[in-house]
Amino acid sequence: MIDLRARAWAAAASVCDPEIPVLTVADLGVLREVRVDGESVEVVITPTYSGCPAMNMIALDIETALAEAGIAGRVTTTLAPPWTTDWITAEGRAKLLEYGIAPPPPASSRRALFGETMVSCPRCASADTERIAEFGSTACKSLWRCIACREPFDLFKCH
Amino acid sequence: MSTTSITVPDTPLVRLALARADDALVLGHRLSEWAGHAPTLEEDLALANIALDLIGQARSLYALAGEECGRDKDGLAFLLDEDALAYRRDERGYRNLLLVEQPNGDFARTIVRQFLYTAFIDAWWQAMMDSSEPRLAAIAGKAEKETAYHLRHSAEWLIRLGDGTVESHRRAQAALDALFPFTAEAFEPVTAAEFDVAPATLRAGWDRQIDTVLATAGLARPAVPWSHSGGRAGRHTEHLGHLLSEMQYLQRVHPGATW
Repeated sequence: MIDLRARAWAAAASVCDPEIPVLTVADLGVLREVRVDGESVEVVITPTYSGCPAMNMIALDIETALAEAGIAGRVTTTLAPPWTTDWITAEGRAKLLEYGIAPPPPASSRRALFGETMVSCPRCASADTERIAEFGSTACKSLWRCIACREPFDLFKCH
Repeated sequence: MSTTSITVPDTPLVRLALARADDALVLGHRLSEWAGHAPTLEEDLALANIALDLIGQARSLYALAGEECGRDKDGLAFLLDEDALAYRRDERGYRNLLLVEQPNGDFARTIVRQFLYTAFIDAWWQAMMDSSEPRLAAIAGKAEKETAYHLRHSAEWLIRLGDGTVESHRRAQAALDALFPFTAEAFEPVTAAEFDVAPATLRAGWDRQIDTVLATAGLARPAVPWSHSGGRAGRHTEHLGHLLSEMQYLQRVHPGATW
């Protein structure tokens, strides 16, 4: 049974986020739990944002990955505790940076109504950056630009 | 229209979940009307993102209301899914605040509507994280993270418009004057249930938030001796019917259609 759980976790953890394909659902902290009851396997995931359109696709991809590993399983969704960017693993943060997306600042900074945490450019590491827009190409990112190297970049918003 | 409309049982949990879901869905639909029309590409994306958050919140709440509807019938097990609740209730069955159904108008009108609503709902969701109803508390825990960003977005814009050009200031003030009479409705009780947070308890905090941002924006808080009300009882302004006729058209004509 422990072996089945480990195999199911490994299969589910191999699934990548459809919008940030360098990250797996395990890197993101979206994969919460694998429950095994006899032969029945349940994989529990949590949405990043309430309206994240990638959730259906992630659930389908996990079911497919389980089937390919010879495991019949189902995927369920939980809302609590609410997902936070603090759950992105250290490896996930390194992958984001490598991919050109600035990793999220710590979640404690998110309630400031105005002002912004200092964000380093993922390309040249300069701290001389500015926000272009609070909302970017996906719900989880905002759009920034680097004054030093003049390149625009995405910031994974703290959440 | 070739489908019958549905009615839902009126328990406190269903009433609360539907009222909040309808607020979020109607405002989300209004914001989605901006897609392709916003003043800049970045703002187009921002409004679409906020709409997506709101529609996501509405889906969670409709799913909860649907579970509860199924329980209330004696012997008749029927489960209403989120689509039935969104697409098959008539205007009179909708329980949203009149504020959120008001038309987009110009960009200032949209931003003012967003700010006045978000300054309320952000505080309500934060308070609801401690609700004794765990499913509502779970939705609140997601929603308040999202509304924190919505609040900052709309407050920043309002300051930019109020403190901008003569024209942007004039439009922002006109929007405030037009929409302020719709704000008091948010503080009316929805239920007396112990798992609900009485909106009236958030009034003082909302007043402070509004006053702070309006002062920074150089805008005047309108003096409103009266206010509009009725959304929670299904008495809406003429605008909601037009919105629903567009939003519900496909499911009314092709019930259960998927693609």
